[in-house]
Amino acid sequence: MKFGKKILDLGLMGVLALSVLAGCGGTGGTVSTDGSTSMEKVIGALKETFESENKSISVTYNPTGSGSGITAVAEGRCDIGLSSRDLKDEEIAQGLEGTVLAYDGIAIIVNPENPVADLDVETIGRIFTGEITNWSDVGGADAEIVLIGREAGSGTRDGFESITGTKDNCKYRQELTSTGDVITTVAGNPAAVGYASLASLKDSVKTLTVGGVTPSDETIKDGSYPVQRNFVLVTKKDETLSPSAQKFFDYITSEEAAEVIKNAGAVPVK
Amino acid sequence: MKNRKAAFERFVYGVFLLIGLVTVGCVLLITVYLVIAGLPAIREIGLVQFLFGKVWASTAAEPSYGILPFILTSVYGTAGAIVLGVPVGFLTAVYLAKLAPKGVKSAVGTAVSLLAGIPSVVYGLVGMIVLVPAIREAFRLPDGASLFAAIIVLAVMILPSIVKVSVTALEAVPKEYEDASLSLGATPVETYFRVSVPAAKSGIAAAVVLGVGRAIGEAMAVMMVCGNVANMPSLFGSVRFLTTAVATEMSYSSGLQRQALFSIALVLFLFIMLINACLNFFLKRDKEGAK
Repeated sequence: MKFGKKILDLGLMGVLALSVLAGCGGTGGTVSTDGSTSMEKVIGALKETFESENKSISVTYNPTGSGSGITAVAEGRCDIGLSSRDLKDEEIAQGLEGTVLAYDGIAIIVNPENPVADLDVETIGRIFTGEITNWSDVGGADAEIVLIGREAGSGTRDGFESITGTKDNCKYRQELTSTGDVITTVAGNPAAVGYASLASLKDSVKTLTVGGVTPSDETIKDGSYPVQRNFVLVTKKDETLSPSAQKFFDYITSEEAAEVIKNAGAVPVK
Repeated sequence: MKNRKAAFERFVYGVFLLIGLVTVGCVLLITVYLVIAGLPAIREIGLVQFLFGKVWASTAAEPSYGILPFILTSVYGTAGAIVLGVPVGFLTAVYLAKLAPKGVKSAVGTAVSLLAGIPSVVYGLVGMIVLVPAIREAFRLPDGASLFAAIIVLAVMILPSIVKVSVTALEAVPKEYEDASLSLGATPVETYFRVSVPAAKSGIAAAVVLGVGRAIGEAMAVMMVCGNVANMPSLFGSVRFLTTAVATEMSYSSGLQRQALFSIALVLFLFIMLINACLNFFLKRDKEGAK
């Protein structure tokens, strides 16, 4: 009997807690973001910390892709657009403004046994499209190059392919579903080459320098490491954001949010 | 007092009925949902284009949704696993049911049960770290992740179901059949293969179908060793199964791509329904044969 009562109490508490939460969502504002699927992790992490501090504001994220995110802002369908590429001139001419939130660095990794230490972006592109198929052509051992990539739809794949100009043209030998799998596979095959987000690298693989530049937070920030792209917040230049959206914008571009961005695998601007 | 007892009985009966209905409800829910979610993409892409298209490029600028490579890979992969797994499993079952001394039987039986209990991600992990590099070196390939690696992993994974169901079928053969055969001068091995196995054949067939079902539905272990590129299947090439096609792309998919993934799931579901129907057929025949 006593036990039953306890369960009842717990249940009531739960209902109360839920109703409090629901109430908050209604009275505060919502901030809608729309755009790049690659930014999912970063925005998700920021949204979580922001919402835990500002319980009356809820943030929505619609993963539609950079292009649709930018269009959504231009048409006023969302507060903040998310783009994993810089704005084009005609988009800026439409009165849009881009604020770089973070940088996304992608490392090119090979097996530690591989003597190759440096490749330039063009060569990487030619390797991944299957134009160069043997390591001996780029100064390595005589072995067929094994291309390890990510699955279609992955932000890292999208980033890598758009920077190296290999979109939809990569002749992968394996398509894996996580950065960890890519690293394990490259670590296990002396002829493999793959790419992974800089934040999640391990010692079991060798990171190539690209055009002589070692990827690091510094070289990504100053732009000298080429396999990187910007995560951009897109807003309208001549319109002010709603108070809640402004609050969210200020928070995610603050130094306070830098740690969160870093933990989510990107390099913060500040 | 009696009334209260009867009321309690009815109450328990109701609870059990409810629990039973939950299971049925789940099956119905999944079926209905898969059909509703899977049909729109098939309608948009076109059934023939979808089932027999050879190119899968779901995120390309001009997307193409053909799942023939996945269907063939699943069929070949399952067939390969059966070709490797059934002889081993079947002979193990004959040995365990008829020949093995008691101690060996219980030890091997425990090992087989353990094999059945290993999570598929562990099979995948071992396959990825041990098997794939081994295949690469043994066959001098640039990379070992291939249909062949998947077949080996699947063959090992279906062993327990084949062994266990076959052993049960063989042990159910009446002892009189064997005694009669032995008394006519047949050797024990002749007896097992000419009398016991034919008598248990529908049970053994059920074991094989069960193995097929397990192999065709496996995703995790296969995903880690098959390479996951949507090529037409070749033994040492990188391939993608029906299951892994859904699993690899689901997390970031959107729009028609996501709908197409549901359609793949629907195709897989139909395959598995077909296999289950076969299984029921064999089991039913088995029961009627025993009468």
